[in-house]
Amino acid sequence: MSDITREDVAHLARLARLAVTDDELDVFSGQLDAILDTVGRVSEIDDDVPPTSHVAPITNVLRADEHIPSLDREAALAGAPAAEEGRFRVPRILGEEL
Amino acid sequence: MSSPDAELTRLDAAEIARRVQAREVSSVDVTRAHLARIDAVDGAEGGGLGAFLHVAAEQALATAAEIDAEIAAGTVRGPLAGVPVAIKDNMATRDMPTTCASRILEGWRPPYDATAVRRLREAGLVPLGKTNLDEFAMGGSNENSAYGIVRNPWDPSRVPGGSSGGSAAATAAGETPLAIGSDTGGSIRQPGAFTGTVGCKPTYGTVSRYGLVAFSSSLDQIGPFGRTVLDAAMLHEVIGGHDPCDQTSIDAPLPPVVEAALAGARGDLTGVRVGVVTELSGEGYQTGVLSAFTDAVRVLTDLGAEVVEVSCPSFTSAMPAYYIIAPSEASSNLARFDAMRYGLRVGDDGSHSTDEVMSLTREAGFGPEVKRRIMIGTHALSAGSYDALYGKALKARTLVVRDFAAAFEQCDVLVSPTVPTTAFPIGDRVDDPVAMYLADLCTIPANLAGTAGLSVPCGRAPEDGMPVGLQVMTPALADDRAYRVAAAYETARDSAAGAPFASTIPDPADLDGRAPLRSVSTLQGAS
Repeated sequence: MSDITREDVAHLARLARLAVTDDELDVFSGQLDAILDTVGRVSEIDDDVPPTSHVAPITNVLRADEHIPSLDREAALAGAPAAEEGRFRVPRILGEEL
Repeated sequence: MSSPDAELTRLDAAEIARRVQAREVSSVDVTRAHLARIDAVDGAEGGGLGAFLHVAAEQALATAAEIDAEIAAGTVRGPLAGVPVAIKDNMATRDMPTTCASRILEGWRPPYDATAVRRLREAGLVPLGKTNLDEFAMGGSNENSAYGIVRNPWDPSRVPGGSSGGSAAATAAGETPLAIGSDTGGSIRQPGAFTGTVGCKPTYGTVSRYGLVAFSSSLDQIGPFGRTVLDAAMLHEVIGGHDPCDQTSIDAPLPPVVEAALAGARGDLTGVRVGVVTELSGEGYQTGVLSAFTDAVRVLTDLGAEVVEVSCPSFTSAMPAYYIIAPSEASSNLARFDAMRYGLRVGDDGSHSTDEVMSLTREAGFGPEVKRRIMIGTHALSAGSYDALYGKALKARTLVVRDFAAAFEQCDVLVSPTVPTTAFPIGDRVDDPVAMYLADLCTIPANLAGTAGLSVPCGRAPEDGMPVGLQVMTPALADDRAYRVAAAYETARDSAAGAPFASTIPDPADLDGRAPLRSVSTLQGAS
């Protein structure tokens, strides 16, 4: 058993920036436990096998170091939840407890 | 179904293209017929299919008129010029919203087109709109969409599969002759099988991912849907090919899939070595799926193929490995939804910090399956679990790659059922994520190995009347082999039945006595 507790879910949710509710802690702890039980079967794989992180037959892709056009500012800001003076407007970054 | 409009929506894409380019019918008429079809069968409120999240009627008619004018002036942009197409709503479109079926991107309009979308336009296809999907392509039933379920045209009480459920259902129901989807663990092939359509996951890196909203970057691949193998092949050639905007795009010629589909249709598979994968059948597989599959393999033998059984022992760890790798990559990819540059923002009232606004927004904007996967991925990549989970999953991936390599030394293609079951009833698996994950069992290995896979309908399961898919898998950059084998099978299947399989798809406009359904809000509350 993976034994994912409510506290574990709360911790993961904090790391993942998800303000989960109390109800979700209950539901997710059971579900994550069941999922981890299933996927945990990979632990049987022999440690000597080398890992494969991707299968693209490519190691690096370079392009000429030339100026090419990119999105203009207006287009880049068009979908922003809040913009001000040609920039993304964001909430305060530092918490008061710091 | 006797009106001229209805007849146009039953034609395959190759025939529509021929008629439009010969000026026997206009692209405007074809487009109008499909828009009328969408109107008649898609409206989710009236118990319709719900395959489209956005229909761009005016733009589609304007594009069609432009193509008609070009053809009249003697210019044909490409073999599919004038043919309507639907686009899965996780691909960026500058003139239509792109939501990924998520609240976090509600109404978002990208400032650019995905490469696959740009190629559709350049080839003269007519985009009809954006299709429904499981949120961020995470799911196998389309029940994880924040904007409602999609119904299966064969039986509206059943799911169409997922995550490209809207593209599959729309193609099956004649709302569009063609659609594009994306396949990370089976999201084109599985709904293809569930809806009786042809769907292909091309070799990784052969269709650009530029503008495809990333779920699991090492696995994601865009591919075509059609009602015939040739249609899928023609669309495949439009969207495929090297793209400098995608760093994993392979700079090699696209396999000649149209030529292969045409050659296959002549019905001779002499000398083709077909491997039946031992591990992808048996216990847990629906009886009618296995019988349809066995019949299909017999047809391949009759066509001259040499059929052998091949063992790929590592395929049994492919599913667990996938459900570590895909969520791990997703937890990283979806970090971009931070409420700062695009999409939803919640709690920006002056009292909350950026960090709090991010958490509140992601909580409100993501559905339960997306949250589960982000947390599983976060867990698998955390210091205490990395070696035991993510590290081991990457090793399992190596074994899958090796098994494919060994199998392809003995065979030209591998075959299996596309899915262990037929389409299941809506609501059946929403509370059990692990049961839902089993629908990807046969399709996941090809994503892990970056090889190609195609699903072609191979009859229906006697016990429920639902379509079954035959999966044909090939080595990387040998996608043409899948089209050849599938086209040969399709020709034999249709000649034995005396009618094209696509003509047997029930008309959803005629279906009545729909089974009582759980409401969408019940499904959404399934966390």
